[in-house]
Amino acid sequence: MPRFTSSFARALRTSLLASLLALFAIAHAQPTEIQMWYALTGALGEHTLEQVEDFNASQDQYRVVADFSGTYDETMVAAIAAFRAGTAPHIVQMFEVGTATMMYAEGAIKPVHELFAETGVPFDPDVFLPAVRGYYSLPDGRMMSMPFNSSTAVMWVNDDALEAAGIDPATVSLETWEEVREVARQVVDEGGADCGFSMAWPTWTQFEQFSAVHDIPLASLSNGLEGLGAEMLIDSDLHVQHVQNLIDMSAEGSFMYGGRGNAGDTLFVSGECAIVQGSSALIARVNREAEFDWTMHMLPYYEGTPNAPLNSIIGGASFWIMQGPDRSDEEWQGVAEFFAFLTTVEQAQKWHVDTGYLPIRFGIYEELEVEGFYDENPGLDIPYLQLTRGEATDNSRGLRLGNMPQIRAIIEEEFEIALEGQQSAEQAMNNAVERSNVVLRAFERANR
Amino acid sequence: MRRRTLFRNKLLPFLLLAPQLAITIAFFFWPAGQAIYQSLLIEDPFGLRTEFVWLENFQIVLSNPLYLEAVRVTVIFSTAVTLLAMAPALLLAVMADQVIRGATGYRTLIVWPYAIAPAVAAVLWLFIFHPNIGTIGQGLRAMGFAWDYRLHGDQALVLTIFVSAWKQVSYNFLFFLAGLQSIPKTIIEAAAIDGASPMRRFWQVIFPLLSPTTFFLLVVNIIYSFFDTFGVIHAITQGGPGRATTTLMYRLYRDGWVNLDLGGSSAQSVILMAAVIGLTVIQFRYIERRVHY
Repeated sequence: MPRFTSSFARALRTSLLASLLALFAIAHAQPTEIQMWYALTGALGEHTLEQVEDFNASQDQYRVVADFSGTYDETMVAAIAAFRAGTAPHIVQMFEVGTATMMYAEGAIKPVHELFAETGVPFDPDVFLPAVRGYYSLPDGRMMSMPFNSSTAVMWVNDDALEAAGIDPATVSLETWEEVREVARQVVDEGGADCGFSMAWPTWTQFEQFSAVHDIPLASLSNGLEGLGAEMLIDSDLHVQHVQNLIDMSAEGSFMYGGRGNAGDTLFVSGECAIVQGSSALIARVNREAEFDWTMHMLPYYEGTPNAPLNSIIGGASFWIMQGPDRSDEEWQGVAEFFAFLTTVEQAQKWHVDTGYLPIRFGIYEELEVEGFYDENPGLDIPYLQLTRGEATDNSRGLRLGNMPQIRAIIEEEFEIALEGQQSAEQAMNNAVERSNVVLRAFERANR
Repeated sequence: MRRRTLFRNKLLPFLLLAPQLAITIAFFFWPAGQAIYQSLLIEDPFGLRTEFVWLENFQIVLSNPLYLEAVRVTVIFSTAVTLLAMAPALLLAVMADQVIRGATGYRTLIVWPYAIAPAVAAVLWLFIFHPNIGTIGQGLRAMGFAWDYRLHGDQALVLTIFVSAWKQVSYNFLFFLAGLQSIPKTIIEAAAIDGASPMRRFWQVIFPLLSPTTFFLLVVNIIYSFFDTFGVIHAITQGGPGRATTTLMYRLYRDGWVNLDLGGSSAQSVILMAAVIGLTVIQFRYIERRVHY
């Protein structure tokens, strides 16, 4: 009997081995598919696909299939709906304000640090710039999502409009808000442009970035990085002073409000507005559409503010890994390999040069600087230099507030009502704080 | 004795009704039931943590002063859209009814806008009234009028009302025209022989006879102004500036799809559903009595 058993066992082992080998053969013949949803449009979308194709061409074990899933907001809603239906993609591109929502969705996402630990793919989060890394990491440094396209807010200046108003764009100083207001007024008075100053993404540029640059908190608990209990703090003297300044500029005609979201971008590329604060990622569109000479400037600060100007914070999006039924180790391995590929100096540098998004890791800026890239493309280094300016504090590391899209809309609403003249700057900020705190408490409750 | 047709087959009526019933259940009762259930929950967007809270969502919604503000905006918006969509349509229909040569041409032109999707209509009007790129918008500014719907709530409200109403005029026109053409010419001729002036003939003969059409359109237009104007508002103002164009429907969208507050937005949709059902019942009970079929 024992002999029979052992020969049976041997036969079994052999056949098992054979079928395992067969399985491997199948696995190799058919690359493992990784689903990815992205939200970038136009040229930026094409460059995203290029990165994916580069990865697919670099090996034959995995294939990333990238699908466009609508704007950032639409992608977020679609990803959530897909998760609820059990059909979430492996990777989804999520804008920065969705970070808190995703981070607290334990069970719906797979943290990046966990992915790399489990798959054994080498990964060093320290290669990323601190401003990028901090935005997507837990307070203890564990990285939750994969940085990809990071931008920051800058000030776009139409040099032709300044010149038409008798200002020399080569020597003009636009470092402080006082100077910006003066130049904007002069441009309108001298007929350089119909509109002196405007902005896109009002909450992002005038409150989130503004707070970081001036080293004042947007919200408590390090802008929410340290927990769910954060409360808004945008009713400070400086915030109110800033809103009042914008109201005054609107009244004197040097500032024209351009609307919510990216509506203000058009005011710059059309030449309507001489100075517009917006995303550094606008560069692709400016290059294509602007029929005038322009320069990029750093965000201004109010004279005499202690510790200003400080670094700005990032915008843009990162890649989140979504859980789903029947995820295999092979698939996780593929996701990890793909992320590691995107992070290589070569790919990250190509992305930066192609799109104008920030060089998100160390080693790119330095290399391009030596090559003289920024001399040939003046201004492209401004976002990077602004982001790394000074020593980041609790006020300038980033923010993580639940239901952030809603808070952005609230602040814009109250700001608009103040601009319309129906409430004072102080009332606007008090209302914004009060209403945002209700939203934050609701998020805290739903995620407790 | 009256002759009656009798169907002996008991199953046939149900079979004939089945497709319609299936559609109503799948696309109305089921989602409506889901909305009612969801309105009793507080949940994170992913559905990972769910808390059953009875009517707390309704309490939160109804005690919010901004919700009541949205009610006010909706009343103004819907009343204005309904009036502005129906009155010009009636005028156009009366005039088109009298045209003899080229009547089809006129009709086609008037019906055209109905084929345009609300969002596209909004963008078309944007090209006209945008303060920076719109022809009339630029003109108004050049004349010294502070036209900027991005900043002035009343202007934004007027613009969205106009676009929403404009789109609906064609639909109303079609029904009014059909209604007018079904009024027997003999009655109008009799009134004319009796010496009634054209004005008097319209108000005392034609308008009452048109009342079934008017009533039907009133119900349809109110429902349109509540629900179908979302695209226009989304494309032009996104509810702003401030909250000047945030109607109940837009608020519901924002709470549900942007703010991901499923419980709260479900509660709002249940309230909205109740309001529209209530309005329709009132219309049938009190206004329909004055309708002559």
